[in-house]
Amino acid sequence: MGRLLLHRLGGLLTTLFLSSILIFGSLYLAPGSPENVLFGNRMPSPAVRAAVRHRLHLDQPLPVRYWDWLTGVVHGDLGTSMVTGQPVADRIGAGLGNTLLLVLMTMVLVVVLGMGMGLAAALLPGRVDGAVSALTSVSVTVPPFVASALLISVFAVKAGWFPASGIGDGLGGKLDGLVLPAVAMAVISCGFLARVTRNAVREQLEREHVQTALVRGLPRTTVLRSHVLRNAMPPIITAIGLLTAGTFASTLVVESAFAVPGIGQLTIQSVAQKDFPVVQAVALMLVAAFVLCNAASDLIQALVDPRLREAGSSS
Amino acid sequence: MKAGHLMKAFFTRTYGQLGRSGTVAAVFLAVVLLVALAAPLVAPADPNQANLLDAYAGPSGSHLLGADGIGRDILSRLIYGSRTSLLGPALVVGVALLIGIPLALAASWYGGLVDGVVARIFDLVYALPGLLLAVLTVALFGPGLTPAVVALSIAYIPFLARIVRAAARQQRVSPYVDALAVQGFGAVRITVRHILRNIMPVVVGQAAIAFGYALLDLASLSYLGLAVQAPTPDWGVMVSDSDALLKGYWLPVIAPGVLIVLTVLALTVLGARISGEKPPGYLRRARRQRTAPAAVGAAESNDKTPVGAAR
Repeated sequence: MGRLLLHRLGGLLTTLFLSSILIFGSLYLAPGSPENVLFGNRMPSPAVRAAVRHRLHLDQPLPVRYWDWLTGVVHGDLGTSMVTGQPVADRIGAGLGNTLLLVLMTMVLVVVLGMGMGLAAALLPGRVDGAVSALTSVSVTVPPFVASALLISVFAVKAGWFPASGIGDGLGGKLDGLVLPAVAMAVISCGFLARVTRNAVREQLEREHVQTALVRGLPRTTVLRSHVLRNAMPPIITAIGLLTAGTFASTLVVESAFAVPGIGQLTIQSVAQKDFPVVQAVALMLVAAFVLCNAASDLIQALVDPRLREAGSSS
Repeated sequence: MKAGHLMKAFFTRTYGQLGRSGTVAAVFLAVVLLVALAAPLVAPADPNQANLLDAYAGPSGSHLLGADGIGRDILSRLIYGSRTSLLGPALVVGVALLIGIPLALAASWYGGLVDGVVARIFDLVYALPGLLLAVLTVALFGPGLTPAVVALSIAYIPFLARIVRAAARQQRVSPYVDALAVQGFGAVRITVRHILRNIMPVVVGQAAIAFGYALLDLASLSYLGLAVQAPTPDWGVMVSDSDALLKGYWLPVIAPGVLIVLTVLALTVLGARISGEKPPGYLRRARRQRTAPAAVGAAESNDKTPVGAAR
């Protein structure tokens, strides 16, 4: 187990390191010099331009700048926003809580509803299965932005139950404002998880050891819990990991749709304003979240499944 | 009369292969495609013709689906919008196939080191969400359809190539490939003329599903204002009209949204029918012929452990 953990940690750091080089390098290969963002339409004199370039350390070679940036990041200094002049860490810190809360709410919805529907479909063949299948086929094609538009139209404008944009103060206000965004992201993920759950559980139900256990007279709930569900868990956990990672990507869209002050909205704004230090930091954080989700799902699988634990430590 | 006969035979054959849902999906997509191609002939009005007197007009004879905030005809905008909305994903899937298939075939044919390296690269790209990659590319090159399409093409290569590689791998170990190799045919001839032809249904089916997802991603980007730009009619751009939404005019926003969902639904249903499996394509671990649901309880000869394959 310890070796598996080390192995995953190494892979995680390598991926983060490679993507940090990629992100840092590519943003400075972009056409147009970064300091032009500051000048806007003004035409500064060469001396002013040189001074600004020096202040932003743009007169140094790329590897040096990368090294400075990386050591800064390790010490918690993510640079300064070129548009507002605030430290990037502050801007991210202001939105991080909202985004994490939003992702958490979405995933709770996805796990409860998705697995519930999938289990119902697997255990009740016939009409329930057919209804769930039809529902999931449609729901996996409803993208978060279309779901947002529908939800705003029905629950914010017509019914007025939830705010159409922005979130309130305090935990209650936040939860109230994040319900619709969470539902908008959960629609597509619920469908995926329900399908994966249904297929995984069906596959286990057909296996001989389950049939044997039932024939021997073990209670149905026991068979379901310790024979079927335990074996069906690995693909379900993989799917939850993938979907959590995908939810982080979806926050880009949904936070913009509902004007939620979070990481996703910050990314889109910074991209539009060409605020490179913020884009860099946020992109790296999203990649980190993505990689962490996948690593976490692998580790949880190893915890759930002793066979994987052995395979992991031998490799 | 003869033509009618042929049409009927063609229809019966398609119906037999695609089933009811597949045929409905195929017909729907054919209609969408025809309308997109013949947009100037079909559209009742100029999609960019603003008329402030008609602002937020409801459905009527002159505007079948009503008009938006500056009086542009929604039906015409939907019809013209289908052009940009379908062109982008078509390019994405085309490029992804063009690069992905040769890589996947090479990986499956040579195995060993080549396979390992290609798989590693695919895993790395697969680890990045396509949407994030596209947003970063837009940050680099500015908003527009081209950077978005380039970024998504890269993101979709592993999606398709992994499936092609797995399918080609199965063919690689079958006896007919050995027989061809013994007869002295070269690697290119065997892979392209025999293996690729045999796995064609999987390739086409998964390409249709990928087309659907690419459409969603591109529409999301256009919605954010990062791909197709505002005055151009596009389904994603139309959904981003939050003004209309907040004023309670839902039709200008929901109509393109519903069209997106229906198109993607048709693509996934058709793709699943063509590749002969139940969706979803990429979350399933192994392709297995599943007979009727009545087979529950009937012992299948299946002795592989489910754990190793989970990834």
